[in-house]
Amino acid sequence: MINWLSDLIFWIFFGAILFTLRGQRIFWTVGALALLLLFNQFFTPGFFHIQLLDGHFYGSRIDVLNQGAKVMLLSLGMVLVIATGGVDLSVGAVMAISAAVSSRLLVTEHQPAGIAIAAALAICVLAGAWNGLLVAGFGIQPIIATLVLMVAGRGVAQLITEGQIINFLDPTMVYLGNGHLFALPFTLTLVLVMLVLTLFLIRRTALGLFIESVGDNYEASRYSGVNALQVKFLVYTFSGLCAGLAGLVACSNIKSADANNIGLYLELDAILAVVVGGTSLQGGRFYLVGAVVGALFIQTLTTTLYARNVSSDVSPVPKALVIIAVCLFQSDVFRARTSRLFRPLTRILKPLSSRLPGKLFTTPRHDAPEP
Amino acid sequence: MATPLLEVTALSKGFPGVKALDAVDLTVQAGEIHALMGENGAGKSTLIKVLTGVFPRDAGETRLEGKIIAPKSPREAEALGISTVYQEVNLVPHLSVAENICLGRQPTWFGAIRWGAIARRARAALARLDLSLELKRQLSSYSIAIQQMVAIARALDISAKLLILDEPTSSLDKSEVEELFKKLRKLREGGLGIIFITHFLEQVYDISDLITVLRNGRRVGCFATRELPRIKLVSHMIGKDVREVEALERKRASAATIRSDQPMLEAKGLGRKGFIHPLDLEIRPGEVLGLAGLLGSGRTETARLLFGVDRPDQGTILMNGRTVKFNSPRAAIRYRIALTPEDRKVAGIIPNLTVRENVVLALQASRGTWRRLTVSDQEKLADRFIKSLDIKTPNREQMLRNLSGGNQQKVLLARWLATEPKLFILDEPTRGIDVGAKAEIEKLIQSLRQEGLAVLFISSELEEIVRQSQRVVILRDRRKVGELTEAEISEEAIMQSIATAEMERPAA
Amino acid sequence: MRLNPKYIPLLATAAVLILVFGTGSLLYPNFGTPRVIVNLLGDQAFVGVAAVGESFVILSGGIDLSVGSMVAFVGILIARLLQAGCDPFLAMGIALGLGTVAGAFMGCLIHYFEMPPFLVTLAGLFCLRGLGFVIHPESIGIEHPFYAEVLPQLSILVAPKAVLPFTAMCFLASVIVGTFVAGFTRFGRYVYAIGSSESSARLMGVPIGRTKITTYALAGFFSACGGVVSTFYMQSGNPASFVGLELDAIAGVVIGGTLLTGGVGFVPGTLMGMLILGLIQTIITFNGTLNSWWTKIVIGGLLLIFIVLQRLISRRAV
Repeated sequence: MINWLSDLIFWIFFGAILFTLRGQRIFWTVGALALLLLFNQFFTPGFFHIQLLDGHFYGSRIDVLNQGAKVMLLSLGMVLVIATGGVDLSVGAVMAISAAVSSRLLVTEHQPAGIAIAAALAICVLAGAWNGLLVAGFGIQPIIATLVLMVAGRGVAQLITEGQIINFLDPTMVYLGNGHLFALPFTLTLVLVMLVLTLFLIRRTALGLFIESVGDNYEASRYSGVNALQVKFLVYTFSGLCAGLAGLVACSNIKSADANNIGLYLELDAILAVVVGGTSLQGGRFYLVGAVVGALFIQTLTTTLYARNVSSDVSPVPKALVIIAVCLFQSDVFRARTSRLFRPLTRILKPLSSRLPGKLFTTPRHDAPEP
Repeated sequence: MATPLLEVTALSKGFPGVKALDAVDLTVQAGEIHALMGENGAGKSTLIKVLTGVFPRDAGETRLEGKIIAPKSPREAEALGISTVYQEVNLVPHLSVAENICLGRQPTWFGAIRWGAIARRARAALARLDLSLELKRQLSSYSIAIQQMVAIARALDISAKLLILDEPTSSLDKSEVEELFKKLRKLREGGLGIIFITHFLEQVYDISDLITVLRNGRRVGCFATRELPRIKLVSHMIGKDVREVEALERKRASAATIRSDQPMLEAKGLGRKGFIHPLDLEIRPGEVLGLAGLLGSGRTETARLLFGVDRPDQGTILMNGRTVKFNSPRAAIRYRIALTPEDRKVAGIIPNLTVRENVVLALQASRGTWRRLTVSDQEKLADRFIKSLDIKTPNREQMLRNLSGGNQQKVLLARWLATEPKLFILDEPTRGIDVGAKAEIEKLIQSLRQEGLAVLFISSELEEIVRQSQRVVILRDRRKVGELTEAEISEEAIMQSIATAEMERPAA
Repeated sequence: MRLNPKYIPLLATAAVLILVFGTGSLLYPNFGTPRVIVNLLGDQAFVGVAAVGESFVILSGGIDLSVGSMVAFVGILIARLLQAGCDPFLAMGIALGLGTVAGAFMGCLIHYFEMPPFLVTLAGLFCLRGLGFVIHPESIGIEHPFYAEVLPQLSILVAPKAVLPFTAMCFLASVIVGTFVAGFTRFGRYVYAIGSSESSARLMGVPIGRTKITTYALAGFFSACGGVVSTFYMQSGNPASFVGLELDAIAGVVIGGTLLTGGVGFVPGTLMGMLILGLIQTIITFNGTLNSWWTKIVIGGLLLIFIVLQRLISRRAV
C-alpha cells in the first residue's frame, strides 16, 4: 500500500470534518481524537499501516473500529440515559445476559441463529424495561436501581449458561463480530446502522427534545406537559437494547459466551465515552455522535497503548487521566479559576474555531440574587 | 433611652444593575418583636443577608448593643448573637432533635462526643420555649411547625440576642401559629429582640410591636403597630396613598364585548390544607379575571391547584359544566388550559434549549412523542412569535439562557400561545420585565380576551390588575376576601378589601 | 413506644441476618456452629474492612468505586516491598499512608473542583488498578517469617473448634473503630449531616470541605487496611485480583441499612450486611448442588428489597 498517500487522504478528510465542526461542542472530542491519531502518525510506526488481505482491510485503525464497536453501541443507549439525568450501570451485565441467552438457544437448544438473536434482544429489552420501571415507576435513584441488575444480572447470565462457557460455530453468529462487509468489519456497519436508527429516533420523533428538556429542567418540562415518566422509561429500555446488541457482538468476537467476563467494566467505559463526547453527567443537552466519537477515542487510546507495547493491564492509568481531564474541563470551578491562564490560548485557537463552544473559558457570572 | 439592641444606620447594598438597599435604617430594642414588611423587591431578604454576613455591605453601619459589628459570615453573626431561622427550616432532617440543636458545638471529652451532655443541653434549649420533645427522634418525623421550634431552640442555644425569623408561618396552620406566637411572646419577655418577616397582615397585627416597611430598597417608615391602621399599612407597602389613588387618572380596559355567561372554569370550595382556604372562582371566556392580593396571599397556590400542579383536598373544578380532576399539568393541558408560572427559572424556562425548542415544547408535548412537528413547522412557529411578541434574540437557535428576563418571559408566553389555549393563567407575567415589554404583554392579554379566551391574570401590581381586568378576586392570608366587577374595580377598592376584611381573630 | 424510623432499615438487616442464619442452620447440621461464624468473619475480613470505609463515604452522600483496586494495589505493593526485604510494619505503614493520601487527593478533587464522586473514584479505580501492575505484573507470594510464623499464632480460640483468625479480629476492630468515629466524634456527625442535607449543614456551620476530604481519606485508609488484611488472608499480593470488590462492599453497606443517598445508616449495619453476604455464599457452598451464580442473584434480590424498602420509608417519613 502506498501509505503516505492514503495517510494524506485520511488527514485531509479528517481535517475537513474538523473544519466543518468548528464552533460546535463535538469539535473538542473529534479534536482530541485527532491529536491522538496525530501522535500515532508520527510516533507509533505501523499504526497507520493498512493492508488489504483476502479482500478485507486490516490495520490498527480498523482494529479500533472493530474493538470499539461494543462500547460505541453501549454509548448510544447510555448517552440518552445520562441526558435524562440518570445512569445505567447494568449494561455490562445485560451484555452477559444477551451472550448467554443467544448461545444457549443456539447450542443447547439447537435453535436457528435468527431465533437466538431475536430472543436475546427481546430479553435485554425487558431488562431495560425493568430498570425503567424502577426509575420511572418507583422513583428510585438510577444509580441504585441499575446497581441491582448490575449485581444480579451476571448471576442470571451464569444461570443460563449453567456456569459453562458455551462455544459456538454458527456462521451467522460468528459473522456478527468477525465478518466483513465492503472490506470493512461488519461491526462497523452494525454501529452505523444503530447510529442512524438512534438519530432517527431522536430527530424524527420528539424524543430528543423531551429527553433534553427533562434532563435540563425537570420541573419546567412537567409544567409544559411533557410525559417525563414515559421518556425516562423509554431511555432505559433502549439502553437495554443497545446492551443486548453489544453482548451479541462481544460473544461473537470470542465465539463463545463467557458470562463472567463479557462486558466486564464496559459500563464504565460507556459512561466515560458519553462524558468525553461532551454530555454532562447532570443531564440536558446530549451529543449522540459525540458519545460515539468518545468511544472511538477511548478505544484508540487503548489500541495506541497496545501498539506501543504498554501492557494492557497498565492501560487503565491513562484512562484515569482522561477522566480527570474531562471532568476538570467540565467543572465550572476549574474553568473559573484557570480562565486567566487560558485566555492567550483562546486567542490562538480563535481562528480555528469560529465560535468557542459555550462559556468554555469565561468565568461563570454571579447573578444578582433576588432582593 | 436604653441602648437599642440593634441599630442599623444608612445601610446600602447594590448589585450590578439594581440597588437592593438604599440607606436603610432599622432599630430594634431588646424585648421587642419588630415586623419587617415589604412587597417583592423591597429588600427584606437582602437586609437580612447583609445583617448576617452573607453579603458585605456597601455603606452604612450596624451596631449591636452599641458596638459596631460587621460579620463576614452567618457563623460569625451567630457568634455575635444574631441568629436566623429561615422558612425552609435549614436543619438536617435525618439527625435527631438533640443533635440538630447542638450540631457544630457538641460537648466533647477528648474528642469523643458526650451524648448525655447533648441531651441535657437540648432539653434546656427546648425548655426555654416551653417545649418538650423526644430528643432522640429523627427531626423529619416531626411537623414543620415543630421543626421550626427546634430551629429557634438551636438559635437560642447559640445564645442569640437577636432572632430573625424569615417567613416562619408560611407552612403552619392556625393552631401552630398560635403556639409559635405564645413562645415568641415568652421569649420577648425574656429580653430577646425578634425581627419577624412576614406577609400575613393579621399576624403582624397580632404579634408585633413595631412595623418597618421597605419598598424598592428604601425604608418607607417605622410604625407602632397599635397606631397604624391597616389601610395605611397596605398603602405604605404598595406605595400608593389612598387619597392619591382616587385622584389619579385611571386607564381602564374597554368593557368586555365578547362574553358569554357560561363560565368556562368554575372552582367550588376549592382548597388545600396549608395552601389556600376553600374558595369559589369563576372565569368566563372573553374576560380577564384579575387575582389580586399581597405577596403570599395564595394567588400562585390557587393557580397551581387550577393547573394540576398540586391536588386539592376539597372542592371541585368544573370545565364548561363538567366536573374534572387534574392529576397533573398534562390533564389540565388536555382541557386547553395554559399556565405561565410565577418563578420562571424553576418552572418555566429550559435554559440550555434554544428559543425555538422552548417555544414548541408544550405544543409538542400535547401532540405526544411520536407525532413530531417538522423542523420547518417549528421554525415557522418560532418565527411567528418572535415577530408578533417582538422577542429580541439574534436568531431562533439562541439558547434561552442568553436572553434577558423579559424576552425569556415572552418565549414562555409564546410556548403557551402555540397551544392555542382556551383558558390562560398568567402568574406575574410582567415581573422583572422592562417597561416596554410590559406594555406589549398587556396589549397581548387584551387581544387574547378579544379573541374569546378566558384569562386569569395574577399580579402584585394593582394598576395592572385594575387596567386589565373585568372582574377581580381579592385574596388575603390565603383566603378569598372580596370580589369586584367592572365599575367597582379600582386600586382603592382593592386596597380597602385587603385591609378591612374581617378575619377570625386567633385567641390571645 | 414509637419506633424511631432511622432504626428500621437496621432492624430489617438484623431480621434478614437472623433469617438467613436460621435457614442455614435448619438446612445443614454443621451450619449453626461457631466455627462457621469465625470462618465467615475471616473470609469476609478484607472486604469488610474496606466496606467500613465505604460506609463513611456513602453516609456522606458520595460513593467510592476505587476500593477494589486499592485493595489489590496495596496487596501487591506490600508483597513487592517484602520481597525487596522491607520490614513488614514499615511496608504496612507505607501502604496505609499511600492509601490515605490517595483518598485525600480524590476528596480534594471532589470538593474543590466540584467533580462528581462517581467519576473521580472511577478514575481512582482505573489508576490504582494500572499502578498495581506497574509495581509488578504478576502475583507475588509472601514468605516473610512474620506472615508464616507470627500471624497464625495471633488467632484466638473462642469456642471448641472455632479459631478466630487475626484477619477476623482486624475486621471486628475496624467495625468498632468505625462505629466509634461515626457515632462519637464530631467528624462522624458532620458526615451524617452532610449526607442528610449538605445545604443545611453548610448553613449550620459544618466544615464541609474538611469533612468531605477527611471522609475520602478515611475510605482510602480503610481500603488500604483491607489490602493489608488481604495479604494476611491470601499470603500473597496479586494486582489482578479483587476486581469488582467495590460492588461487594457497596452491596454490604446497602444491605446493612445505609441509604445510598446518605445521612442514614450505621457501621454495625455494614458488619451485618457483610455477614449476610458471606452467609449466603456459605449456604450455597454447603448446598453443593446450587451453583455460585445464585449468590449474585440472591444478593441482587436482597439489594432490590432493601432499596424498595428504603424508598417506601423515605416516602412516608419526609
